[in-house]
Amino acid sequence: MSSFLQDYTLRMVLGGVLALGIFSGALGSFAVLRRQSLLGDALSHAALPGIVLAFLLSGSRATGVLLLGAAIAGWLGTLAIRAMVRGRLTREDSALGIVLSVFFGLGLVLLTWAQRLPGAGKAGLDKFLFGQAATLVRSDVLLMCAIALPSLLLLVLFWKELKLLTFDAAYARALGLPVERVEALLTLLLVLAIVIGLQTVGVVLMSAMLIAPAAAARQWTDRLSRMVALAALAGALSGAGGVLLSSSAPRWPTGPAIVLCASLLVVASLLFAPHRGILWSWLRFRRNRRRLDEDLVLYHMLQMAQHHAGRLDHPHARRVIQSMTPRADVRPVLHSLEQAGWVRRREGDSWSLTSDGAERALSHRAERERPPS
Amino acid sequence: MNTHEIPALQVDDLTVAYRERPVLWDVDLRVPQGVLMAVVGPNGAGKTTLLKSVMGLVKPLAGRIQIHDRPAREQRRITAYVPQRNSVDWDFPTSVLDLVLMGTYGALGWFRRPGEAERERARGALRRVGLEDLEGRQISQLSGGQQQRAFLARALVQEAQIHFMDEPFQGVDATTERTIVELLKELRAAGKTVIVVHHDLQTVADYFDWVTLLNVRLIASGPVAEVFDEERLRLTYGGRLAFAATGGGSVAAQPVFGRLAPDEERKGS
Repeated sequence: MSSFLQDYTLRMVLGGVLALGIFSGALGSFAVLRRQSLLGDALSHAALPGIVLAFLLSGSRATGVLLLGAAIAGWLGTLAIRAMVRGRLTREDSALGIVLSVFFGLGLVLLTWAQRLPGAGKAGLDKFLFGQAATLVRSDVLLMCAIALPSLLLLVLFWKELKLLTFDAAYARALGLPVERVEALLTLLLVLAIVIGLQTVGVVLMSAMLIAPAAAARQWTDRLSRMVALAALAGALSGAGGVLLSSSAPRWPTGPAIVLCASLLVVASLLFAPHRGILWSWLRFRRNRRRLDEDLVLYHMLQMAQHHAGRLDHPHARRVIQSMTPRADVRPVLHSLEQAGWVRRREGDSWSLTSDGAERALSHRAERERPPS
Repeated sequence: MNTHEIPALQVDDLTVAYRERPVLWDVDLRVPQGVLMAVVGPNGAGKTTLLKSVMGLVKPLAGRIQIHDRPAREQRRITAYVPQRNSVDWDFPTSVLDLVLMGTYGALGWFRRPGEAERERARGALRRVGLEDLEGRQISQLSGGQQQRAFLARALVQEAQIHFMDEPFQGVDATTERTIVELLKELRAAGKTVIVVHHDLQTVADYFDWVTLLNVRLIASGPVAEVFDEERLRLTYGGRLAFAATGGGSVAAQPVFGRLAPDEERKGS
C-alpha cells in the first residue's frame, strides 16, 4: 500500500515537473532573448498576494482558484510595470524592482495574517513560497497540462510574430503587425508559465525555471526553433533530475533540487558548448596563438637565412631563434614545426627551414606585406 | 523627372516632442513619386524621428502623414523600412535567410509560414545585395556592411513602392556603399520612391536627385540642383560648415563635423 502511494506521488510529481519544465523552458527563451529575464522574477513574486487574496476572498484552497488569483496578480504586475515605463515615471529596471518588492511585501504581510485565521493553517499557502512538489495531486497535474498544452499551441501558431517581435519590434510595427497585441500574448504566456510552476517551485525560485534552461540552450545552437526545443528539453531534464534527487534523499525539497539541476546545466553549457563555450574559446585561442608563434618563427628563420646569401637551409642556433620570439620557451614551437615537416633539426641545437617550410614562410611574408585592399 | 500627380509622401504640420523638447516643429513636406531623396541635417535635427513618425513608431503631437494620398498607417503593404543597423541585437539566434524572410511576414498574414516561394524571393533579394553565399550564416558572423545589406534585402522582399532608410551608409565598407548606391538607382529606375537619412554632404549631389534639409524645422525640400546650396546649408547647420570653392550657386560643401557640431548636442539630449 505504501509503495503504491509512493509510486502515485512520484508519478504525479514527475508529470507535473515535466509539464512545467517544457513550458517554462520554451517561454523562457523568448524572455531571455528579449532581455526580460527579470520580468519573470518580478511577475512570479507579484503572484503571491494574488494567491493569498484568492484564498481569503473565496475561502477555497482549490489549486485552480489560487492559481487564478496568482495569474490575475501577475497580470496586474505587468500592467503596473508598463504604466510606470510608459508614463516615464521610472526606467524599466526600477519598475521591475518596485513591482517585485511591493507585491511580494504585500503578499508576505497578507500571508502572515491569513495564516493566523482559524482553519487557514491547513490551507498550506506557505508552500507557494518555495514550492512543495509532493503536494501535487492528479487534478493539479491535469490543470498544469490544461494550461501548458494550449499555451504551447499558441506559441506555435504565432511563431513568426513572436519571433519578429523578439528580434526587431520596431520593424514588426513598421510591417503593420499589431505589436501591442502580440506583446500582450507573450506576456500572458509568460504569466501562465509562472503560474503553473508556483506550486512546485514556488514564487521565489520560479524565475530560474524561465531563465536557466533558455540560457543553457542558447549556448548550443544558433537557431531560434532549436533553442526553444532545447530549452524545453533542458527544463524537462532539470525537472526529472530534481525529482530523482529529492526522492533519493528524502529531506531534499523538490523545487530547489530542480533549480539546482537547471543551474548545473547552465554551468555545463557555458563551459563545454561548442563554439560559444568557454573551453572551446580557450582552445581556439591557444590554437591561434600557437599558429601565430609558428608563423613568426618561420618568418624570422626566413629573414635570417636570406642574410646568408639566400641559402634557405642555413642553420640557426636555437638561442638565436629564441631571442626573436615573445614566447618564454621556443622549443615546443620548433618541435611542432618539425612534426609538420617545416623545419629540420641540425647538429647541436640548431635548426633550419625545409623547402616546404621556406615556401610557407615566403607565402606568409607575401601576405603580410601585401598592402591592405 | 518622373513626377506623378499624387505625392509619394505628404506631411502636414508634423510636430513631435520627446517630453517637452520639440524634435520636429511644424514640418510640411511633399515628396513626388520616383525620386531618390536624402534627408540631411545636424544631429538632433529630427531626421530619424521623421522616419519613425512616418512608420508609426513615434506618436506625433500633431500633424498628418499620407503615403500615396492615404494615411500612412493604411499603407504598410507598400512601405518598406530599413532601421538603423544598431537597433537590434545581432546575436539573436537566426540565419541570414531567416532575417530576410522577416520582410515577407507582413504580407503573409496570420498563421502562415514562409514557404518555398518566399524563400526564393528572399534568395533573389540576397543576390541583389551580394550576400547569396551567406544565406545560412548566423547573423552575428556578418560584418557591419554585410549586416546593413541584409537589412536592405529584408526591405527589398517587401516589394514596396516607397522605401525609408535610416542611415544605411553609416559605418559601412566601400563595397557595401557601392552596392547600396547601385541598389538605390535600381529602385529609382523601377519607379520606386526612396527616402534616405544621410550624413555625408559631399555625396548628396552624386547619389540623390532630391533633398530635404532639416533642423527641427524644415529648412528646404526640393531637387538637389535647386535647394542644395550654401545659404540653405548654413541655415540648416547654423554656421558650423566650412565651404570650399563654391562657384555659380553649386555647392561643394566640406562639412566640419567633429569638434563643433554633433557631440555637444548629444550631451544635451
